[in-house]
Amino acid sequence: MPTAGADATRLTRSEKTEPLLVVEDLKTYFQTPNGLVKAVDGVTLSVERGKTLGVVGESGSGKTVLSRSIMRLNTAGNVITHGSVTYNGEDLLAKSPRQMRDIWGVEMAMVFQDPMTSLNPVVKVGRQMTEHIRHHLGVSKKDARDTAVELLRSVRIPEPEARFDNYPHEMSGGMRQRVCIAIALACGPKMLFADEPTTALDVTVQHQILNLLGQQQVDRFMTMIMVTHDLGVVAGRTDEIAVMYAGKVVEKAPTKQLFADMRHPYTEALLRSIPKIDDPKHTKLSAISGRPPDLINPPSGCAFSPRCPYAQPQCFTDTPPLGAAPTPGHQYACWFPVGSPEGKDAWDKNLEAKRPQTMAAAGLVNATEELAAGAVVGG
Amino acid sequence: MTLLDDAKSDTSSPSPSSNTPGKKKRQSPLAVFREMPILVKLSALWVLLIVVGSIYGKIDVLLDDVLPLQDPILQTNAFNPDTLEFGTGTPSENPSLTHWLGTDSIARDGFARIVHGSWVSLIVALVSATFGIVVGGFLGSLVGFVRGKTETIIMSLIDVILAFPALVLLLAMVSIFEVRNLYVISLVIGFLSIPAYTRVARANSLAISNREFVLAAQAIGTKPSKILFREIIPNVYQSLLSYALVAAAFVIVVEGTLSFLGLSVQLPTPTWGNMINEARSNINLTVWPVVWPSLALTFTVLSFNQIGDFFQKRNAVRGSAL
Repeated sequence: MPTAGADATRLTRSEKTEPLLVVEDLKTYFQTPNGLVKAVDGVTLSVERGKTLGVVGESGSGKTVLSRSIMRLNTAGNVITHGSVTYNGEDLLAKSPRQMRDIWGVEMAMVFQDPMTSLNPVVKVGRQMTEHIRHHLGVSKKDARDTAVELLRSVRIPEPEARFDNYPHEMSGGMRQRVCIAIALACGPKMLFADEPTTALDVTVQHQILNLLGQQQVDRFMTMIMVTHDLGVVAGRTDEIAVMYAGKVVEKAPTKQLFADMRHPYTEALLRSIPKIDDPKHTKLSAISGRPPDLINPPSGCAFSPRCPYAQPQCFTDTPPLGAAPTPGHQYACWFPVGSPEGKDAWDKNLEAKRPQTMAAAGLVNATEELAAGAVVGG
Repeated sequence: MTLLDDAKSDTSSPSPSSNTPGKKKRQSPLAVFREMPILVKLSALWVLLIVVGSIYGKIDVLLDDVLPLQDPILQTNAFNPDTLEFGTGTPSENPSLTHWLGTDSIARDGFARIVHGSWVSLIVALVSATFGIVVGGFLGSLVGFVRGKTETIIMSLIDVILAFPALVLLLAMVSIFEVRNLYVISLVIGFLSIPAYTRVARANSLAISNREFVLAAQAIGTKPSKILFREIIPNVYQSLLSYALVAAAFVIVVEGTLSFLGLSVQLPTPTWGNMINEARSNINLTVWPVVWPSLALTFTVLSFNQIGDFFQKRNAVRGSAL
């Protein structure tokens, strides 16, 4: 007994200092007939207890694969995973699927993107919850039911006793997502992955679901990784943001720092592409020109270079490392960062040379038209 | 309309006037019946009639002819040792009030034989569907979910069975057994219908295994065996059930073929197939004994097909709406 007590204190001390999740140089490749798809290509990050990390990037940037790799949910036979994922001092990548089952649900859980497909259509939602509760916590049928009803109430589903006996198709999208959240929370996970939890929902419901997630996180002192393509979603709700592009983290900073002082051109472009409410009517949406890179044959040098308004010859040949910015906790991978004298020079030079990406970013031409005409410089 | 829906379903405003959620039960069979187009309705009634008739006939057999239905084996013109008189029936009679569907060449009542014969068809259909759904459905769901070597081995076996000409295999298997009663025949046909069900189940299982709720179940630590039984099989079975109705029609024809070849249930037990076969030789005397079982067979197969199609469409619509 005394040893257990000593262990407990040691645990609390280490809990305070060490991050809950440490990901080091994680690589997830998919073998396909067309070649090796480098969906996640060397990601390093860490999340402290009770904090929220936002992972932002456009479709195909590897953010979903990243979260599934951390949770070891990429089970297809063609997946190759390298690197290390340390959760609470344990190496997750070394665990067998059987050992992972004790982690899934109890330690880590995930809320998926589409609540329409992430519930079993032929099983009542109540039973989907109680089976899971009974499996992990080994309680009686009645207790499991009570717990489930309580959970449904905590995710603010009205009349939870009645809803317990509903099939998923009898619920709206927002309600189903609430049920999904309730299921994910059922066994009190310490870490929650929210994989675009609001993308499939309409805007008013989005807000409710995000508030709910935030509330639950505070109530349960959970650590959360929120994956999204929408900077607006993570803006007020995360402690730190990692911006992903082509399977790599290109910029990472505390949320406020990132919005106040972004360094990577891709972050800037993402932010610029959010329509502003005080823009005049019929303002053209500022899209990022070009397409996400091919992950089988990524462009040499910086992966963003073909679309970057700041790109210089160096960018097409040398891959920039993820380096630290002067402010603590801020890292970025760029040779000509936004807001630096080098970046300013690069921008001016490109503007002079009429690089279409720069012209588009400066709002001088329509990016899509120019690029459709094939006038991609260095692309 | 949308406003109303929102008010009903939105979480923040549970309106008291809306129906209490969760109390909606599965549609009653009567409600489903009302939904059917007229042709499917008639089919359902026909199948119901056949089911009731065959059970009635079976009870009659079990209780030694106490119900008002003629013995299907009794030759109505035969010598009766109790009364020491010949029966009053005549062979090859046309339909009349005493013999609704006439009599066959040895004066047996056509109607009684049709009713009793339906039992064989129904049992064969039922057993093969049960076998197919339980064994084939499980195998298909399993291999679609676990993939890998298990899938290769099981599906190769299934493909070998499927590649064999079905009727030849059926004849070979039936001829192994010395007694050919209804149970042997149903088991053989049931065994041979497993491969088709396996393929259907595998295709569905492959699709369902990739759905997000399976991943979601995994992400909360559900055991693979539980994922198979709780997530995949309940979804696969929906489509298997509607397939079973269509397959049942096919199986009834297969049994008919076997009886026609004289390889099904031993005579004199009536089946629709052997009735056609027996009456065939006297077709120049009377055509009715061939017509009635043929019509019964046709209507039954058609009805099963109609109902099967109806449910398949109905499930498909529901599936896409989920």
